[in-house]
Amino acid sequence: MEVRGLKKYFPITSGAIARRVVGWVKAVDDVSFSIRRGETLGLVGESGCGKTTTGRCVLQLERPTAGSVLFEGRDIARLTDAELRPLRRRMQIVFQDPYSSLNPRMTIGQMIAEPVHVHGLDRNGVKAADRVAELLSVVGINPVMARRYPHELSGGQRQRVGIARALALEPSFIVCDEPVSALDVSIQAQIINLLEELQDRFHLTYLFIAHDLSVVRHISDRIAVMYLGKIVEIADRQELYENPLHPYTQALLSAVPVPDPRVEAVRERIVLRGEVPSPSNPPAGCVFHTRCPVAIDECRAAEPQLRELRPDHWVACIRA
Amino acid sequence: MAELLAVRGLKTYIGTSMGIVKAVDGISFDVQEGETVALVGESGCGKTMTALSIMGLIPRPQAEIAGGEICFQGRDLLKLDAEAMRRIRGAEIAMVFQEPMTSLNPVLTIERQLTETLEAHGTISKQAARERALELLRLVGIPDPVERLRQYPHQFSGGMRQRVMIAIALSCRPRLILADEPTTALDVTIQAQLLELMRGLSRQFGVALVIITHNLGVVARYADRVNVMYAGKIIEGGAAADIYRDPRHPYTIGLLHSVPRLDQPRKARLEPIDGQPPDLWNLPLGCSFRPRCKFALEKCREFPPLRRIEGTHEAACWVAEDLPR
Repeated sequence: MEVRGLKKYFPITSGAIARRVVGWVKAVDDVSFSIRRGETLGLVGESGCGKTTTGRCVLQLERPTAGSVLFEGRDIARLTDAELRPLRRRMQIVFQDPYSSLNPRMTIGQMIAEPVHVHGLDRNGVKAADRVAELLSVVGINPVMARRYPHELSGGQRQRVGIARALALEPSFIVCDEPVSALDVSIQAQIINLLEELQDRFHLTYLFIAHDLSVVRHISDRIAVMYLGKIVEIADRQELYENPLHPYTQALLSAVPVPDPRVEAVRERIVLRGEVPSPSNPPAGCVFHTRCPVAIDECRAAEPQLRELRPDHWVACIRA
Repeated sequence: MAELLAVRGLKTYIGTSMGIVKAVDGISFDVQEGETVALVGESGCGKTMTALSIMGLIPRPQAEIAGGEICFQGRDLLKLDAEAMRRIRGAEIAMVFQEPMTSLNPVLTIERQLTETLEAHGTISKQAARERALELLRLVGIPDPVERLRQYPHQFSGGMRQRVMIAIALSCRPRLILADEPTTALDVTIQAQLLELMRGLSRQFGVALVIITHNLGVVARYADRVNVMYAGKIIEGGAAADIYRDPRHPYTIGLLHSVPRLDQPRKARLEPIDGQPPDLWNLPLGCSFRPRCKFALEKCREFPPLRRIEGTHEAACWVAEDLPR
């Protein structure tokens, strides 16, 4: 998966009858990254930074305003919907909220069988029920649960169903959009372990979107940090956590609480001032300069480009 | 330090179509003047119901207090009539809720929401109330407070709304603030801002804080004491330093081990707690954690009481002393 110069602008309209476009929300603004086969790229950032929109644009659930998305060698951003359809089974998504992403009126079995029917994959002798049973046991749910409805399941079990559904079409690439943040702490680790096991077993490639930096460090091989529609830093997992170079990454890492009062008592914490500006009117120059503890005049003037300051470690900051 | 709040054997039961749920099942804890106490547990463990019971805000008639005492400054709040409780609620004990958007009134200005509490709890002139409102917004670090007083909640960001909630909670100079997941709905950098703010204000005014959260990490920096809840009961309690250094209940140990930690080397695999969260309609006999517990014995079919491990450190586990350290 390779993404180049991805942009997604949403129009802001005004007027009741003749809707005029009065501005643009630059949800994703010139984002580039690549994910190698079998790798997990973590995409972190706070709400509104564009990480979910990036994930949806990669899957063509939203058509990007500009840029290309190369999947297994083809630019899928240029394909028509009809051309995309056979490719869609190769790219799946696991959503954040297992309560709203499952249909309350369908049984677990029906929901998992549905994508198999839609893509016409249930004709070659394998009965759909067998496939459902197989998928349920793969995600650690007793196949007898296929007759149950979502409300009879706990949050963790529902998320397992969401994962089974994503796996039903044997994808090679899965976008995991905050897959554990709606779950109880004791269940989160179960789901993370499951995602890792499935990756090894089925050679999956993940784009893992999350705001929890400790979870992202655990699961990702490389990590990209987003702020206000842009990637501000991208590096290998260990490199990013040991040598964060962008002031935003440094602040994010320092804000993550550690469950140990002795560590917390001596840990430096960078508390950022202010809040994230509106993506409809981002600051000129570096988008982070309004909150940056080390900003200088030059930061307001020109937008910093990603530079490779250490091997495979890219940072968009002139002060780094 | 003097005792401010003492909860003794509190039981809050909820009637549902599927039977009675013992949301809070005989818990006891106390809060000293000016200290910060954490109630930690996952969804359904009864932590929010505990706070609502203290505030006298449980959803009646479905929910009812089935037993126990809630002594605040020596008076049992459960024995007070509605009017006496109204005078305490908001004035002496205030609450900050998780969702600042749903707990602020969308059609009232921020000024009105701040002055409402002040006027409800004393004779204060319009002018004095307005000045106090301004002072409160400054206190919680909201820029342009004069301008902001005239605005409505939708014009505030999530973090700013939560600051307003804190301002409202502080408005009548309470002795105790109950904060129910005060930062859960917010981004990490904003969480850090708000927790620092709450700690600063609680020290400045000597207000005691009860922080209710599912995240053991959040409170490590702030809590003096921690109570861990599971299925309506406190299963471990004590000084924060002891609980984090040497947890003695398998559930607390499991919670601390299951989260990836940024200050430690990355583990190859996380160690989750097995099984599903407890089904409150159908709790097992004896220890509620037994079906998920790696150390469960035959004896665990018998209910383990909360007992002293060392000093003030307590745990409700038959084998607490024998668990791996």
